[in-house]
Amino acid sequence: MEPKMPRKERQIIATTITLLAVVFIYGYIIYKKYILENPELVYNLEFWGRKFFLMIPIMIGSLIILMIIFAIVNKILTNQDMETMTDEMDKLIELKALKISRWSTNICFLLAIGSQAIGKEPWVMMAVLVISCFAGAIVEAIAKIYYYKKGV
Amino acid sequence: MGNCKIKNNIRTLRFMANEMTQQELAERTGVTRQTIVAIENGKYSPTLELAFRIAHIFNTPLQDVFSVDPDDLVLKKK
Repeated sequence: MEPKMPRKERQIIATTITLLAVVFIYGYIIYKKYILENPELVYNLEFWGRKFFLMIPIMIGSLIILMIIFAIVNKILTNQDMETMTDEMDKLIELKALKISRWSTNICFLLAIGSQAIGKEPWVMMAVLVISCFAGAIVEAIAKIYYYKKGV
Repeated sequence: MGNCKIKNNIRTLRFMANEMTQQELAERTGVTRQTIVAIENGKYSPTLELAFRIAHIFNTPLQDVFSVDPDDLVLKKK
């Protein structure tokens, strides 16, 4: 049985949803566990830095688990081994999507700096920076799906 | 670079090669099936290397696999 959506597009969607889910769950846990108990922590940049560093291995671990689940589900549904190969079209799409996502990240970065220019709290800059990273990831995913569907 | 539309005869050539599947062609050219589908549908123009590899598999000259309307090759001055 061949699913209607190509594997690469399913994989892009699954990866993006996982990234977003991890960020939301992690953010919610941080908020509930630390910020609610001690609201002063939002002004502590050391706290933000530590929590962001901790998020990186959590995200890498989540993506590895997702890839394993994805390969198992793919095998059950299509009875095919997961293709890990990337060819010239994949690389071209990757480059084009990366170029677009870089622009969105740059704009968000300017917003983060701008928040300081207009006198907002430092935590606003940190929040905008995190959002900018994920906005870039989402834009990249959308661009990839667009190029896979429309052609490149 | 202009947007010249490159046509191809891969579907016909696959049919003439004992109905070779897209997967088989993909494996023999070292790309994914999705790329072969995109080339066949005119959604992706392959690199010269891949184009030559496809022509080699069908044992036919490159111009019998890929073609372009000569009018599309003329650069239009803006």
